[in-house]
Amino acid sequence: MNKFKITDPRQWSRMGPRAMFGQFMLEIAKNNNKLMVLSADLGRSSGLDRFKNQFPEKYLSVGISEQNLIGVAAGLAKEGYKVFVTSFAPFLSMRASEQVRMNLGYMNLPVNMVALGSGVSMGYLGNSHFGLEDIAIMRAIPNINISSPADCGELGKILYEYAFKNLGPSYIRLTGIPNSALVYDKDYNYAFKKFITLKKGKDLLILSTGSMVSESLKASKILDKENINCEIINIHTLKPIDEKIVNLLKKFRKVATIEEHSVIGGLGSIIAEKIAKHSIKCHFLTIGLPDLFGPTGTYDYLIDYHGLNGGNIAKKIVNFLKK
Amino acid sequence: MDEIEKLTNLAKKMRKTLLETSLNSKEPSHIGGALSIVDILAVLYNNILNINLDKPADRFILSKGHGFLGLLSVLYCQGYISKKKLMTFQTNGSEFIAHPIENPRYGIESSNGSLGQGLSFGIGISLAYKKKSRKEFVYVLVGDGECYEGSIWEAAISATELELGNLTVIVDCNGHQNDGSIGKKMNYENLKNKWEGFGWNTVLCDGHNITELLNVLKIKKKNTPTAIIAKTIKGKGINFMENNNNWHHGRLTRNLFEEAIKSL
Repeated sequence: MNKFKITDPRQWSRMGPRAMFGQFMLEIAKNNNKLMVLSADLGRSSGLDRFKNQFPEKYLSVGISEQNLIGVAAGLAKEGYKVFVTSFAPFLSMRASEQVRMNLGYMNLPVNMVALGSGVSMGYLGNSHFGLEDIAIMRAIPNINISSPADCGELGKILYEYAFKNLGPSYIRLTGIPNSALVYDKDYNYAFKKFITLKKGKDLLILSTGSMVSESLKASKILDKENINCEIINIHTLKPIDEKIVNLLKKFRKVATIEEHSVIGGLGSIIAEKIAKHSIKCHFLTIGLPDLFGPTGTYDYLIDYHGLNGGNIAKKIVNFLKK
Repeated sequence: MDEIEKLTNLAKKMRKTLLETSLNSKEPSHIGGALSIVDILAVLYNNILNINLDKPADRFILSKGHGFLGLLSVLYCQGYISKKKLMTFQTNGSEFIAHPIENPRYGIESSNGSLGQGLSFGIGISLAYKKKSRKEFVYVLVGDGECYEGSIWEAAISATELELGNLTVIVDCNGHQNDGSIGKKMNYENLKNKWEGFGWNTVLCDGHNITELLNVLKIKKKNTPTAIIAKTIKGKGINFMENNNNWHHGRLTRNLFEEAIKSL
């Protein structure tokens, strides 16, 4: 496998996940002659302008036709191409949902879907473009892996893994915007499916994913000052979920999940299912986007509005622990 | 025996096979829309497609998945599946159900059943062939009712933009859908205009005329996909099934089966 190393995390974080997706694909293309990157008229939004110019034979936009996008990608995958497709999260997970189910799920064809701007990172573009329900939908379809990188370095690790290994079809969920906080400021060991312990603690277990990993770390710093000692876990692979999570859950009396996704069907539900299945006795809090179509504004405004920044999260946890 | 007679006999054997298969399952099955594509499949599999199960050559995708009995009957008659295997159709746990399930062992290219998806998949394969400079062809069979699906027209745009001269779509215009007749704006003449309007090299033909099929299925145009608009009869070949939409999905009894065989 082509090795990927985190070399310039601060610069990558400044550029943001979409620009870095395009950048990483440029590198992957140099070492993968079977690569094809497809988009439904969102090449520019995927940071693929340089890729298009440098590797025109490896790039295709099918126009604004997401259902067609998935079908064409599946046909190419069947013929041995390593295919990545991009579009905004709801357009992949909902507009093309049944094509995903038939072509990538049912036929198990290894197309990698890169969902741009998931969560509320599309800001003023509004709920039509937000990825509120995509994890819930994708995880109900058999065979589809779901990855949710915590920062741009982790995105690189995930993309290289899918590009150079045979892991089957995947949904890679991009959250956060340029200048989002950094989780990994130097290289680290990443393995598909294996959750990562970022901080050990004893009072509370915090399980987070994507953009919320850095906010959880911020929250835990605030909580440390109040002598609340949190264990912080980065769940970068939401499906398949690492079964070792069950042993970890058994060690804590208080557990919280934090995600930039609806509280229905995402990480909170994944963990709730484990708690129920294994009859784990714990107090459980799900922090995420509420079950409603909320207002529109800048990303920072929305994260604050929904109580998803480090400070809000710390307050929610303090209240939770009082109960 | 000349070629036309041979193909006519093959089509007859296929019709008999699909009726036997349906009867054997004791379950209702899609008979009408399978009978309408029998002649097309007979010519395709006997004279047009170069099929190699070990190394994909020409490819056939049945996008109208409910025509699966037709595909099974040609795969059986051409020796790709055994009688024993065929007779597992619509029995518990079988690989052969109402709609195709991808299976390279028998040359079943894709899983279908949800309409409007096979053409985009075929485009992906055609594009791969074009990129690899391979000379083989991809055929996708869709129904006229299936052409109500928007995704068909998304694909129709892509195929011309990608200049896929190696791709042929066959539209089985049997004039019926699940609940009755096709709308007036979707008859075969209108469908011809639509595909032409989308930039396809479009040809109209009688989907039961072997001589015509032998000619039109060979038509290709450089850098342009071809659409064969085949006028067909739902339930073709069995007098009491022809244009009788009760046989879109129906159950054969022993008596009805015998009557059907007589009618062949």
